[in-house]
Amino acid sequence: MADPITAPIPVRADRRVWVAGFLMVLFALVPLYAWRADDVYVLTYFGRMLIFALAAVGLNLILGFGAMASLGHAMYFGFGAYTVGILSTWGLTNGWLHLSLALAVTAFIAIPVGWIALRTRGMAFIMITLAFAQLFFYVFVSLRAFGGDEGLSLTELSGFGALTGNKYAIYLSLLITLVLVLWFTHRLVKSRFGLVLRASRHNESRLNALGTASQPYRLVAYVLSAQICALAGFFMANLTGFVSPSLMSWLISAEFMVMVLLGGMGTVFGPVIGAAGLLLIEDGLKTVTEHWPLVLGALIVLAVIWLRQGLWGLMAPSGDTKASPVDQGEH
Amino acid sequence: MTLNLFLGQALNGLQFGILLFLMAAGLTLVFGIMSFVNLAHGSLYMFGAYFAATVASYSGSFVLAIFSSMVLIFLLGAAIDRAGLSILHRRSHLDQVLATFGLVLFSNELVRVVWGNAPIYMDAPDYLSDAVNIFGLNYPAYRFAIIVAGLLVALGLYLLIERTRIGMLIRAGASNRTMVSALGVNIAWLNRFVFALGAGLAGLAGALVGPILSVEPGMGEPVLILTLVVIVIGGIGSIRGAFFGAIVVGLVDTMGRVFVPIWLRATFDPAMAAAIGPALASMLVYLMMAVILAFKPEGLFPLRARG
Repeated sequence: MADPITAPIPVRADRRVWVAGFLMVLFALVPLYAWRADDVYVLTYFGRMLIFALAAVGLNLILGFGAMASLGHAMYFGFGAYTVGILSTWGLTNGWLHLSLALAVTAFIAIPVGWIALRTRGMAFIMITLAFAQLFFYVFVSLRAFGGDEGLSLTELSGFGALTGNKYAIYLSLLITLVLVLWFTHRLVKSRFGLVLRASRHNESRLNALGTASQPYRLVAYVLSAQICALAGFFMANLTGFVSPSLMSWLISAEFMVMVLLGGMGTVFGPVIGAAGLLLIEDGLKTVTEHWPLVLGALIVLAVIWLRQGLWGLMAPSGDTKASPVDQGEH
Repeated sequence: MTLNLFLGQALNGLQFGILLFLMAAGLTLVFGIMSFVNLAHGSLYMFGAYFAATVASYSGSFVLAIFSSMVLIFLLGAAIDRAGLSILHRRSHLDQVLATFGLVLFSNELVRVVWGNAPIYMDAPDYLSDAVNIFGLNYPAYRFAIIVAGLLVALGLYLLIERTRIGMLIRAGASNRTMVSALGVNIAWLNRFVFALGAGLAGLAGALVGPILSVEPGMGEPVLILTLVVIVIGGIGSIRGAFFGAIVVGLVDTMGRVFVPIWLRATFDPAMAAAIGPALASMLVYLMMAVILAFKPEGLFPLRARG
């Protein structure tokens, strides 16, 4: 079952490359449509999809490649969003300041949280990451000065000169960011760093015995993945002009996880498919019935039981063992 | 006056801790023995509260409501395990988390469909609606009854696990399930019993909170997350850890919410205290968890130490 992890990740021109390319071209055509039809709403709609895709790609970095099942990544999503919210409330609107501070604050918190959480494995790791996310959720709920549990409408978005608040600019920079993060993930996973990360998923004691302490690698991966989620949160605040603690709710963390699983764990592009898929299913169900969570909940259970390789895995050419899901064994 | 406030809050904390223990005992057994992560444990608690409130409003009998709700959730637990949970037993923890997350979404919405979105209320029986006098402090009799009932259940659970044959099998299953299975014990039935027992305890906890909290969709999640904190602090799979963890979390959370703001007002200026007081109070339990885990990643009472 365990594929030789030293083998390079195959970049064959199978149909999945075409699917990925096609999907990204569709995303790139959205602004064109919005401009022709004069319909800015589609930018918000598909922008949200890209944001969730970005966060899911970030979570997948540790969940899919390092078998670290964090059920608390919504908290970093919230940090990114609240950095924009809090700084603009204080009158600091420089966009680059927002962006760099979001990443810095996230690293500042993710390092101690990751250090404590990574001392545990498996079940305990899931629960601890959830508990930390809950801690910060309550912090933001009780911050009356920044809207408390009702959230905060942004008076000013991150300032980028003439482009400030322009939905087209936000959408396009989001798309470019997603492509860059996908490229970065692809490179990272293939690098020596990624090799250690993937090896720690398979057999950690062996890795340590070979003279590579896996813990620092895992912590760095954890922080990077948190920062990608914060980046997604930064875009979320700018796209919707609103931040609230519900962005940090554990339901969002679980949704990120479902997206990764639905798309295909441990594949670079899978989470994008998963995010788009889950949001489309949700919106489809909302148009059919008011009680859509009833159906969605049941669908998630069925997907976990039967769709083990994810949608991305389903599209793999038959007989391609590389597309099989990563083994998620707990050591 | 201050002493009364302190004593009253300590009892409130104890009462909350007892409820957390009822939740954590079942969940930690399921974790420890079946190695199964069940986020839907909070949903069982919610169903327990709804069943109890419904039975109480139709029959008018409080005792009947509590017992029938506990038995119904016990049977529901057995049925869920029979219906499909066993497929998930062999899966990774991640799959279990996600599948039971699906069940949480499903259950919350099911409750909305059946009972509606608005909270429903349940009254404490007349004989428990007064106050009892404890060391000169008037304390609500119903909350006191929860403490007594919870301690009795904890004692019963201790006797069941430590003194009976089935308890011996449960302990054996927690250390080495393959060996227990090889010795001819039907591990599937043992699992089902443990899962149903845990469900029944969650149902009991839900039924007991009916008269003190509003019964509403999604009421299970806050309790579930604190229960997870209890289990992580206590050590996964350890009943003793669950008991001490629950009491500590109950006390720290309840008393922190009252005394941290008071202490802050006395130390810093009022505006500052009003701004950070509530945030700090709600963080307290999680900070305590972080400190404990930084020193003891296995929790305070790791299972192996039981020998």
